[in-house]
Amino acid sequence: MAIESDAVEQELELAIHPMDQFLVKPLFGGGHGDIGMFTITNATLWLGITVLCAIALMVLGTRGRAIVPSRSQSIAEVIYVFIYKMVEDITGKDGLKYFPYIFSLFIFILVANVVGLLPASFTTTSHIAVTATLALIVFVAVTVLGFVKNGTAFLSLFWVSAAPLALRPILALIEVISYFVRPVSHSIRLAGNMMAGHAVIKVFAGFAVVTFISPAAIGAIVAIYALETLVVCIQAYVFTILTCVYLKDALHPSH
Amino acid sequence: MAIEGDLAQMGAFLGAGLASVGMGGAAIGVGNVVGNYLSGALRNPAAAAGQTATMFIGIAFAEALGIFSFLVALLLMFAV
Amino acid sequence: MATETNGAATEHAQGMPQLDFSTFPNQIFWLLVTLVVIYFVMSRVALPRIASVLAERHGAIQSDLDKAEQMKAKAVEAEAAYNKALVDARAEAQAIVEATRAEIQKDVDVAMAKADAEIAAKSAESEAAIKEIRDSAMSAIEEVANDTAEAIVAKVMPAAADKAAVKAAVSARLKG
Repeated sequence: MAIESDAVEQELELAIHPMDQFLVKPLFGGGHGDIGMFTITNATLWLGITVLCAIALMVLGTRGRAIVPSRSQSIAEVIYVFIYKMVEDITGKDGLKYFPYIFSLFIFILVANVVGLLPASFTTTSHIAVTATLALIVFVAVTVLGFVKNGTAFLSLFWVSAAPLALRPILALIEVISYFVRPVSHSIRLAGNMMAGHAVIKVFAGFAVVTFISPAAIGAIVAIYALETLVVCIQAYVFTILTCVYLKDALHPSH
Repeated sequence: MAIEGDLAQMGAFLGAGLASVGMGGAAIGVGNVVGNYLSGALRNPAAAAGQTATMFIGIAFAEALGIFSFLVALLLMFAV
Repeated sequence: MATETNGAATEHAQGMPQLDFSTFPNQIFWLLVTLVVIYFVMSRVALPRIASVLAERHGAIQSDLDKAEQMKAKAVEAEAAYNKALVDARAEAQAIVEATRAEIQKDVDVAMAKADAEIAAKSAESEAAIKEIRDSAMSAIEEVANDTAEAIVAKVMPAAADKAAVKAAVSARLKG
């Protein structure tokens, strides 16, 4: 990805490494070495920062328990009501049992995304390992829940009774395939959006080295940063709403 | 080995580029969903707020297929 | 971050770091730790607290609304009482006016009756006086007529002078 240095005049090196920001490195021991399962890495650091921010917002922010809320408390309340409404609207009353997990999921993704937007930070949710784990937890939990709650009636999810009989096997095949690619699209949507946005910012940051296009490059960074701020929140929302939709399919499989 | 390797890599890169075209389809799909939502919302603004969640679900489904082309491109670039 | 150089070892990503499977166990492990921590903090501390605050606020708003409702009812009541008092006062005033008018009427009536009676008495008195005068005048006339007739009769035919017959004839003429 680096342009050869002889192509660029002077000592100026137009070296763009947009993917370097996603490198997982051990925090201690000079930044090299093997990464074992329990090694403290920059990913660990930023996951920890995410946890601290989430706790600061949701626990410290609400410690006043005021009837007339303070600023941080009203942010926490708005998020609470927003997710509560979403779960209630999409999955119905019986889905509210799973509200704490869905809320944790949302607050984790939201805070991790926002924290990842800080300059020089590490975006944990841009890693497929992270998002795939999140999506697989949802997928496995929803599938197990579907069979536990509905027994084999859960399979009626794939048998579209509204369609003509001749089409149903084909539709069933399509439904099964689309069911099993759910975790793939669920996870890659989040990771891809995070990775692409951060990489684009980095590419423009690389162009900013060149004097005569640097104003345009910096303007582009600002614009894309604004867009990313929006995307970051929407992706957290989309991940959560899709979790709710999958949960609804498990609780009420009939179309 | 060198030439064959280069050829294979070139093919992989070309394929990745071609697969990325598929994401344009997802972009069209998402634009369609949002555009139709907006035209409906402007006709009946009272009902719009209740359908925002449905719009986002529709966007997610339209985007899912674009994500597959992105996945194919990634696999060709880095995994093949 | 891309161009950070620590000594000679400037690490650049080879391909996509996301597909470096050697980091997966580490990331997944720490992610699970994170999720467990967040889940417990949220479900044990944050969510019940926010739920209780929202419920409390809902209750407070509800009780305030109830209080407002009561106040409103009280205001309506007060207005009704005021209206009633107004109507009562008006009715009382009406009654007083009526009573006063009746009293005055009575006084007027009494005065009227008294005046009427006085007038009647006066007119009766006057009438009586007039009658007396007329009677006295009448008797004077009769006397004069008798005297005149007697004188005439005595002059004309002194033989036939009968006082009683002349008197009868004069009174018969006067009545006729």
